[in-house]
Amino acid sequence: MEIFTLAFMQRAIVVAIFISIITPLIGNIIVLKRLSTIGDALSHSCLAGVAIGLCFSLNPIFVAILFSLLAAITIEYIRRSFPNYSEIATAIVLSFGVGIAAVFSGFIKNSANFNSFLFGSIVAISTAELVTVVILSIIVIITMLVLYKELFYISFDEEGATLSGVKVKTVNLVFTILTAIVVSIASRTVGSLVISSLMIIPVACAMLVSKSYKQNLVLSVAFAFLFTLTGLITTAFYDLKPGGTIVLIGIFTLLVILFVTRKKR
Amino acid sequence: MNVLEVKNLSFSYPDKNILNNLSFNVQKGDFLCVVGTNGTGKSTLLKLILNILQKQNGEIKLLNTSSEDFKDFSKIAYVSQKATSFNRDFPATVEEIVTLGLYSKKGFLKSYTKEDKQKVCSALKRVGMYEYKNRKIGNLSGGQQQRVFIAKALVSSPEILFLDEPTVGIDIKAVDSICCLLGDLNKSGLTIIMVTHDISSTLFHSNKVLVLSEDGKGELMSSEKFSSNSISSHLHHNN
Repeated sequence: MEIFTLAFMQRAIVVAIFISIITPLIGNIIVLKRLSTIGDALSHSCLAGVAIGLCFSLNPIFVAILFSLLAAITIEYIRRSFPNYSEIATAIVLSFGVGIAAVFSGFIKNSANFNSFLFGSIVAISTAELVTVVILSIIVIITMLVLYKELFYISFDEEGATLSGVKVKTVNLVFTILTAIVVSIASRTVGSLVISSLMIIPVACAMLVSKSYKQNLVLSVAFAFLFTLTGLITTAFYDLKPGGTIVLIGIFTLLVILFVTRKKR
Repeated sequence: MNVLEVKNLSFSYPDKNILNNLSFNVQKGDFLCVVGTNGTGKSTLLKLILNILQKQNGEIKLLNTSSEDFKDFSKIAYVSQKATSFNRDFPATVEEIVTLGLYSKKGFLKSYTKEDKQKVCSALKRVGMYEYKNRKIGNLSGGQQQRVFIAKALVSSPEILFLDEPTVGIDIKAVDSICCLLGDLNKSGLTIIMVTHDISSTLFHSNKVLVLSEDGKGELMSSEKFSSNSISSHLHHNN
């Protein structure tokens, strides 16, 4: 238990708590809008931002946010050209992100720094990064709570929401910005390659057991919290990669719930 | 008093002319059925009235306001054709879905009160779905879901209810019960404008029928005239 008295572990736990709140909040809307693959596209674009940031000695998290935003706007633009094949847009942006990240990663002097964004390094978070994560997370949480009614309506029926006076375009734009922020800050902590899993798996688990929209939201946060904290503790004792461990615990839980709920039916 | 005025409305998609110089009025308390064979622009007409589609020519006045400038969303309600083809795994209860209908009254930043909750309950009672309020929407039958969507539309106490093919994909017993429900709502003073294929079930409850033809023209007539007209048999034959 001594490990939990260490400053780096305490920072990791605080970050884990915030990440496990904001990722499923965003993930819930992404899943219900049937845009589950968007997390992958954004996280890979964010990786491109990290590579460029590290190449030119810029703050990689802020360049990552910028790239995720550009990627999200591009996805929306391409989706309008292929309204019935929206997954084309995410595939194109994902490939573009991977391409840029691959090219620029070759020019990064300290490759260990870049690798920390691939699989995350929640236990290597500095105090400055902790402050960034906390502030951005609070902004995300407040905005998501303020837009609760609007996002619920849009994810259920976008046309109906428009006819009820919801400012759909504005809300969608704000949501896109929040998604880009969450993907970027979570990349540093749990890793670009696993962030979309952390957005989707807790929501998938919640959908199997929840009885209402509100319950689904609360349960998805609870599941994310459980996966992240369990993952972190396991990591501390067995010296494993935190990002991957968190996702594997999530997948295992999902399989157990699937098995149990199927049996009940 | 006219609640809807359509004057010289024309609309065409890139490959087809749909509506051609269409004019008609709907008065407060009317139950209008919009009928026509496939592709005559029934749903398009509804979307133009609600400004979901931008009109190209002509004039549409909804509650004395041009459809483009209409912002009084709580006075109208719309049950779309998609209502029964939504994502069945969506994790929301009947009560939560009906509460969404209050958004037009509440707007941004205002949270729902106890009174709102009562409004939701009474809307559900009105459509006979109160007992199902805690059930997941996806676990209901098509007919029950359509009743829930009607409750969602009614909860804001609208003046006009628009419905686009509300009986599609529903068994015949549920169709009759929904048509009776709409008839009762109309008797209580609600103006109803409904696009339908299933005119036989609705004709008894409606007082006006707008028949759209393939040349994009439309003819407004009373339900009595429609039922005695050969057009009705033609439509039945086509359906």
